[in-house]
Amino acid sequence: MPVSIYAVIGLVCYLIAGPFVGGLLSGIDRKVTARMQGRFGPPIMQPFYDVRKLMEKEPVTVNSGQDFYVMCFLIFIIITGGLFFFGENLLLVIFTLTTANLFLVIGAYSSNSPYAQIGAERELLQMMAYEPMVLLTAVGLYMTTGSFRIGDIVAGVGLDSGGIPLQYLVGIFIGYLFILTMKFRKSPFDLSLSHHAHQELVKGVTTEFSGRTLALIEIAHWYENVFLLGFVFLFFPNGTWYMAVIGAAVALLAFFLEVFIDNAFARMKWQFALKSSWLVTITFGAANLILLYYLRGLM
Amino acid sequence: METIIFLVLIPLVIALALLFIRSDVARGPVIFIGAAATAVFSVILAVRQGIWSDVGPNMLWSGGTESAEATGYVMMGIEAALAVVIFILGIKYKKVLACILAPVQCFILIWFELHAGHSIEVKNNIGIDHFALIMVIIIGIIGTLICVYAVGYMKDFQSHHPEGPDRRWWFFFLMFIFLAAMFGIVLSNNLIYMYFFWEITTLCSFFLIGYTKTEEAVRNSFRALIMNLLGGLAFVLAIVLLGGTYATLEIDRLLELGSSAKALGQPDYIVNAVVMLLCFAGITKAAQMPFNSWLLGAMVAPTPTSALLHSSTMVKAGVFLIVKLSPLLGVQGIMDIGGPGFMVMMVGGLTFVLASFAAVTQSNAKRVLAYSTIANLGLIVACAGIGTPEGVWAAIMLIIFHAVTKSLLFLSVGTAEHNIGSRDIEDMDGLFGRMPRLAVYMIIGIAAMFLAPFGMLISKWAALQSFVDAGGVWVVLMIVFGSAVTVFYWGKWLGKLTAIVANRQNIQDKVHGEEWFVLTGHIVLVIIISLSFPLFSGSVIVPFVTHFFDGITDATAVALSGDNMIIMVVLAATILVLPLLFYGRTRKRVVPLYMGGANEGDNLTFAGSMGKDIPVSLRNWYMEGVFGEKLMNRVGLVTTCVIFAVSFSFAGSLAISVFRYIQGGGTF
Repeated sequence: MPVSIYAVIGLVCYLIAGPFVGGLLSGIDRKVTARMQGRFGPPIMQPFYDVRKLMEKEPVTVNSGQDFYVMCFLIFIIITGGLFFFGENLLLVIFTLTTANLFLVIGAYSSNSPYAQIGAERELLQMMAYEPMVLLTAVGLYMTTGSFRIGDIVAGVGLDSGGIPLQYLVGIFIGYLFILTMKFRKSPFDLSLSHHAHQELVKGVTTEFSGRTLALIEIAHWYENVFLLGFVFLFFPNGTWYMAVIGAAVALLAFFLEVFIDNAFARMKWQFALKSSWLVTITFGAANLILLYYLRGLM
Repeated sequence: METIIFLVLIPLVIALALLFIRSDVARGPVIFIGAAATAVFSVILAVRQGIWSDVGPNMLWSGGTESAEATGYVMMGIEAALAVVIFILGIKYKKVLACILAPVQCFILIWFELHAGHSIEVKNNIGIDHFALIMVIIIGIIGTLICVYAVGYMKDFQSHHPEGPDRRWWFFFLMFIFLAAMFGIVLSNNLIYMYFFWEITTLCSFFLIGYTKTEEAVRNSFRALIMNLLGGLAFVLAIVLLGGTYATLEIDRLLELGSSAKALGQPDYIVNAVVMLLCFAGITKAAQMPFNSWLLGAMVAPTPTSALLHSSTMVKAGVFLIVKLSPLLGVQGIMDIGGPGFMVMMVGGLTFVLASFAAVTQSNAKRVLAYSTIANLGLIVACAGIGTPEGVWAAIMLIIFHAVTKSLLFLSVGTAEHNIGSRDIEDMDGLFGRMPRLAVYMIIGIAAMFLAPFGMLISKWAALQSFVDAGGVWVVLMIVFGSAVTVFYWGKWLGKLTAIVANRQNIQDKVHGEEWFVLTGHIVLVIIISLSFPLFSGSVIVPFVTHFFDGITDATAVALSGDNMIIMVVLAATILVLPLLFYGRTRKRVVPLYMGGANEGDNLTFAGSMGKDIPVSLRNWYMEGVFGEKLMNRVGLVTTCVIFAVSFSFAGSLAISVFRYIQGGGTF
């Protein structure tokens, strides 16, 4: 298959600009959050300052193994996002993302620290909670566009003329937004790692990471967030430039929606996280999919 | 032709020899030589029969018509003798069902063979295709590796259980007979032959599970026996129905009959009923719900038995048969609900999701492995049930990857158990410090079970895609939930293994040489197949599938696209190389863990609130309240039984009405 020029541009942009966009979003997030809480808030560039400061800390570790896992986490997050923006297969992207996240979990487990392990287990719980919906999103996009390849989906290849994926996938879109809260580590589902000190068990899955290692995790999250918003974008393209703009705008809106939700809720129990996300997956995601199958006469 | 018979004969001869060798000194070499001979011969056979050739091995063999009748009588005699053995054991242990089932099916079969069956002329007793040869290689390599492993393991086992008599001659006899019977199953085209070997594997597993003769072992062995005899009964009924209506006993004829009926758009209800009965037999053998309890009970046996049953034999015989019938399965429309494809797909899908759920709650490593086997077999069964080329591609890939990986994991757990004295995952805390090499092997095995970019995940991906394509939306849902849970239960085990616990003594030098040899062999196999699967997909599985399903024009659409496979291989290579380069290389200062400021400095104790030192103990998460094992089994029992009831009453009533129609000279 010939490599399209757009795919290469997408990949290069993601690799270079990804962390800057992610870091900027994180800065805006903190600013908005502060304003919602009646504070002035840090400068927008604060996340970058934080990472720089982390880089300068004395390098310490609790064992010789965990840094390796964090490095793999970052590498695989970048690979995941890279495959996504290169326009590869959506299922491949989702599975690689699972692998990436698992490296973080293993890194936390490997320390054998009580707090880190609780964080790791909760991270696994969250993966279990959101993965069905993510997979259903991919299946839904495949049903409407006829391809799992992101390049084809973005080009609007298999769509009915004039349509966009979202019009068939409203339920799945809602479901995806629901689990996006979990993926962005926002309340009420920030069980494994929270930005809010008042509800966190030490520092969740990252308890035993410090200095440069913690900086790498932060950068990985920036990469990851950009790619997660890219997922939102996939509900909109049909090959026209204005739908692309709308898609990007909605992705940004989704981000701010998550920030808003983050500040409007306190952390819920894990049972609620698991059950509610599965319930939403079934009532919105699965119902949408079943309807789609009937409409397409495939059953 | 002769070479094929040799394949069954070699393990058979070894088995008979082992029956008479009672000394350790002589047994070891005989097993090594026998295992090597079987393995080498299976590969030679596969290559000579043309596993690599495009059109090669879709061949049928008469199997010597002159001797066919004599062979038939010998088989009949052995079957009768086995039924008598089961009957006697059933009386001895007061198992009524076993006493009824074994003689009944034996009686039906012999009655059939002497009456209607006698006049049926079987043209081809043996059938060889790519799939059969893949199975031959799996059985020949994995099966024999397990036998080699068992040499050292059983030595330990005997010294751990000195109270009983040394019955290892019996154990190894059964292992090799098992392999011979498995070769027989995968190479049979005549259903009567296949049934004969099928029953032998049932019997072998019965004796292997009951090997220790403890109360639990006897109970579980009878459970396995009875469930598999139920499947055997269905098999016999299928033979009688097929032979009685169409005067044929050959699988390829059955496939032709079914395909031509399908092509005409008129379902053949007799063929449907036959297929359904055979699939039912496969489902019992593959330990699908509600028959999963026999496989869980089977772990009372020594670990090599579990490894054998779970990886290359027994359960794989079940899925082998179902995959063989796959072109006659599938759900095209509403009319197929209640058909064999529907039954197989739903039972497989439900088993996949429910067994995965149940695995979350298990802390016994062997039970986790058992539930994972049941779940993966469910996926294979569901893939076969779709009845599409993509589904069969995914099913065969799953069979290959699962055989190697599951065998590796069982044997690793066996070795861990003998050295740390427990098979509980909770006790594998810090295995990385105590048995680093074994821990790495287990980590590779677990990663290969569920993680991109390794084999099982590739197959799962293909499976998901084929369900989406074939409109199996309900099964799609089962798969997405099941695979999410899979990540959870493997992930937490992986975490336990990788945890670095302070002050652990390295104790792995006590492991037997044979065990290391076999475990390392498995690792090599896992790595080779993870890196080379696009190759054997392209040159073995795709050609098979295109022959298996008539009229495939686009052979590339059968498998995952080549691009994706290459990406997977590159990623796999990355994951394998990264730790070699970077793991454990740090120049950072090592500091104590955070324990609320009260770490005593050794990472193993912290200062409690009353000033006492308290040891740290970390436990995993089992979510009994959400994924309770009992609940899952109950749900599985009810749902699958409803599916069986619906399917069999549909198929049965349709078949009976067709039968009446034929008997009544064409009028209802």
